[in-house]
Amino acid sequence: MSKCLVEFDKIGIAFDGRALLDSINMTIHEGEIVTLIGPNGSGKSTLIRTLLGLQTATTGRVIRHESLRIGYMPQKLHVDPTLPLTVKHFLALVRGVNKKAIEPTLNKLGIAHLLNSQVHVLSGGETQRVLLARALLNRPNLLVLDEPVQGVDVNGQVELYNLIEGIRDELGCGVLMVSHDLHLVMAKTDTVVCINQHVCCSGSPQHVTGHPAYQALFGVPGADESIAIYSHQHDHVHDEHGDILAQDEHTHCHH
Amino acid sequence: MLDLLFRALIGGLGVASVAGPLGAFVVWRRMAYFGDTLAHSALLGVALGLLLEINLNLAIIVLCVGLAAVLVTLQKKHIIATDTLLGILAHSSLSLGLVAVSFLDDVRIDLMAYLFGDLLAISQLDVYWIYAGGLAVIALLVVFWKPLLAVTVNEELAKVEGYPVESIRLLLMLLVALVIAVAMKIVGVLLITSLMIIPAATARKLSKTPVQMAFIASVIGCLAVCGGLWSSYRWDTLNLLQFNGHF
Repeated sequence: MSKCLVEFDKIGIAFDGRALLDSINMTIHEGEIVTLIGPNGSGKSTLIRTLLGLQTATTGRVIRHESLRIGYMPQKLHVDPTLPLTVKHFLALVRGVNKKAIEPTLNKLGIAHLLNSQVHVLSGGETQRVLLARALLNRPNLLVLDEPVQGVDVNGQVELYNLIEGIRDELGCGVLMVSHDLHLVMAKTDTVVCINQHVCCSGSPQHVTGHPAYQALFGVPGADESIAIYSHQHDHVHDEHGDILAQDEHTHCHH
Repeated sequence: MLDLLFRALIGGLGVASVAGPLGAFVVWRRMAYFGDTLAHSALLGVALGLLLEINLNLAIIVLCVGLAAVLVTLQKKHIIATDTLLGILAHSSLSLGLVAVSFLDDVRIDLMAYLFGDLLAISQLDVYWIYAGGLAVIALLVVFWKPLLAVTVNEELAKVEGYPVESIRLLLMLLVALVIAVAMKIVGVLLITSLMIIPAATARKLSKTPVQMAFIASVIGCLAVCGGLWSSYRWDTLNLLQFNGHF
């Protein structure tokens, strides 16, 4: 079994008495791709922020492997327009960065031509790659990607997912990815964890290769290899607060 | 007379040089109002310094840093919006300063000089203060340039990468407080912020990197000081007769 990088041990977070997360248990291993999905307001970002140390848990704890080094790719990059900044200078801000690694990293991500561009004029997809470059320059063994394909079209998503998979294969790092889309997740994901305050369910995504309805919907050759439809086996019902309503005698998680 | 102008020029250039890069940070982090608040409180520092008979520059620095600490603490509690908080602190410290100054019976201070500054009134000692304080600020900026910039660009990324975000933020406030203390006598409480943000804002269009912007802001500030002194000499707004009377 590969090294366990992070273990969430009964993480609970409450704000003003309102529970955002309740007793979350989850692990991420080296070389494993974990996708975290859940509806808006389900606590995905809060969980990620807890892992990053930007938020403290009310109860429970995050057990980090001593070798843990995180490369974090935030959802978006907002740099104040009054601050002139090229991609090169943005990437040189990584703490203890090896400046010689900047250009090869950009090459690997196919954005070498952006080296001297201002960060304000990048397109959505370009910004994502620059942020990914910054995460990689931190020499991580765990990549944390917050909605990496947000605002990127399906073709772009396929490319980005292939890139992420390539990085995992090359570095052998763990990958924790957040997606707000319940249905489109990366096919190469080892584990999908669905949370809605608590862990609803987790498991591997189903492969939906060559599904006619799927291709008719997106019409992208090759998309079926990188994006799969995760069948969401919800076997319990939430009330409007996200609490589970008692339905039957079964436990609510099937793994 | 030329001696007087020369000293003013040296002092002005010193202040403008440090105000440039720090002004860039003030613009980037949208701290203009914060700078204003610290500047307004500096008058209270002057009054307290006179009351307690301690060095005025020191009193101003201590008060500015103290106020910055109060501000950070109150900000964390999220009771009211930051700009409201700054407004409250700025004007209550300014009015407290004015009240305190009026209590100083035996000391006569020129209030206008503190509010609007007086470049020609600086002494040799003031010039030493400007250059000692200015060099300290520049040295700290150079040493901590990368963390300061990383925290300014994106605090969360900086924190994840292991930068001590809180300390860096505090350092920046300390630097702003230091510049205000040093520049106050020359530009005055009400105008310090403009010396910081106008050159920086002008430099924005001319620069492609943060270092360029900081540097160009300094140059623009220096040019403004030269231009101002030259034009007041040329059109005689210095009121030299009055000054000759003083010396």
